[in-house]
Amino acid sequence: MFELLGIPPQALFGQLLLGLINGAFYAMLSLGLAVIFGMLNVINFTHGAQYMMGAFAAWLLLGYLDVPFWASLVLAPVIVGLIGIVLEKLLLKRIYHLDHLYGFLLTFGMALVIEGLFQLQWGSSGAPYPNPIPGGYNLGFMFLPTYRGFVVLAALVICLVTWYGIERTKLGAYLRAATENPTLVRAFGINVPRLITLTYGLGVALAALAGVLAAPIQQVSALMGTNLVLVVFAVVVIGGMGSIMGSIVTGFGLGMIEGLTKVFYPPASNTVIFVVMAIVLLVKPAGLFGQTK
Amino acid sequence: MAETLLKVAGLQSWYGESHILHGVDFEIRRGELVTLLGRNGAGKTTTLKSIMGIVEKRTGSITFEGQETVGQPSDKIARRGIAYCPEERGIFSSLNVDENLSLPPVVKPGGLSIEEIYTLFPNLLERRRSQGTKLSGGEQQMLAIGRILRTGADLLLLDEPTEGLAPVIVQRIGEIIRQLKTRGFTILLVEQNFHFAATIADRHYVMEDGRVVDTVVASDVQQSIGKLQAYLGV
Repeated sequence: MFELLGIPPQALFGQLLLGLINGAFYAMLSLGLAVIFGMLNVINFTHGAQYMMGAFAAWLLLGYLDVPFWASLVLAPVIVGLIGIVLEKLLLKRIYHLDHLYGFLLTFGMALVIEGLFQLQWGSSGAPYPNPIPGGYNLGFMFLPTYRGFVVLAALVICLVTWYGIERTKLGAYLRAATENPTLVRAFGINVPRLITLTYGLGVALAALAGVLAAPIQQVSALMGTNLVLVVFAVVVIGGMGSIMGSIVTGFGLGMIEGLTKVFYPPASNTVIFVVMAIVLLVKPAGLFGQTK
Repeated sequence: MAETLLKVAGLQSWYGESHILHGVDFEIRRGELVTLLGRNGAGKTTTLKSIMGIVEKRTGSITFEGQETVGQPSDKIARRGIAYCPEERGIFSSLNVDENLSLPPVVKPGGLSIEEIYTLFPNLLERRRSQGTKLSGGEQQMLAIGRILRTGADLLLLDEPTEGLAPVIVQRIGEIIRQLKTRGFTILLVEQNFHFAATIADRHYVMEDGRVVDTVVASDVQQSIGKLQAYLGV
């Protein structure tokens, strides 16, 4: 079998596939964060907890109501999105007029409370979720598990549909305009507070959808989103705060970079994204796809 | 005589702690073109914003088609049939010309179609796919006016539509505003350029220190020119 730079292809492509899968989750999560930040100006630190809630919702739906994975793909995001809407109405709404720091602190606190409650009820050790599409394909140079291939494709479709919705539809035009000048958009007769609530709900639902997709790959646990959210924040900063396409491209791209680092220099794989973030911030402070205001 | 479309009585407004309007009174009848004249800081723009519900703290009374609007949010006021074209034009950089034009929702029947708007502003048709903020100042102003004509609103609030524009564009904007009046729109125009306003308005309200201090009808402008120049400091 051939080798690339002394690396066996199984190792290289295996890590690249892992990178692509991680990238798919980075893209979906950073997309939701970018949408929420663009519209609400709030850095939603609860995003990791909401991703975890999506996975838990699917696990609970299966365990208690026998709801299959495919139905949970719709139900769990709706349930968690609605919880997000309640949180926005009860708490976030009150801090929009304040500095970013307050939003950051509030959502960080909310994440701690939510994760603490889940830990209290279900503990910290993970629970398995059955793989809905077992099996895989031997591609010769690597083995591709079917479900993981599905996750990458599903993430791509979700990202592109979200991008289309924001960039090519009337509702998306309202959203983009309200991001620039909410006062004027409201003076045109558009209910901007409702638009904000809806955006937050959709952003949260996206995080939950990523959580449902992650459930069969990872163990469903109360802290599954804690570390991920840090990486996702780096992705959003690198892509450019609020940039939709930036989040998608950067999410997948950084997942691949992380995968390649695992092949060539494994000790740096956990930090490479943050190194990239530092370099991007030095060279282009608004991020790769962001616009300086 | 046409019915009163908008009646403002004892309007007071604040930006934070700053008291800007100290009791503004005036009215506009359906189909009229009325201007608010005055020096910088007289309260003209704040009056428009207060009518639109953008200024949060306001007291007094603003009735539109006989119904009170003070206390209502701006989206509800817009849906009653008042459209606002701000001084800074408010063109969205993330939207192209087409998207900017079709952004405000239709609130009543009787608005212009996109095709009619492009007929009125042919420059915009040529640049319909361009980013809104890449247009020239004159084109942006036309876009800002064109955008509110789709909505079917009865009352148009235009805040200094000629500001910073070349004379030839000012003339064109004047022609368009006259056409809009002919089509039956009621217009409240804030304007610093008195010579422009004098050629198109039915009536002028003069503002000073957050109050309306004088009214001049179009037929009396020539006799009142000295008084108006003194008010406006020109």
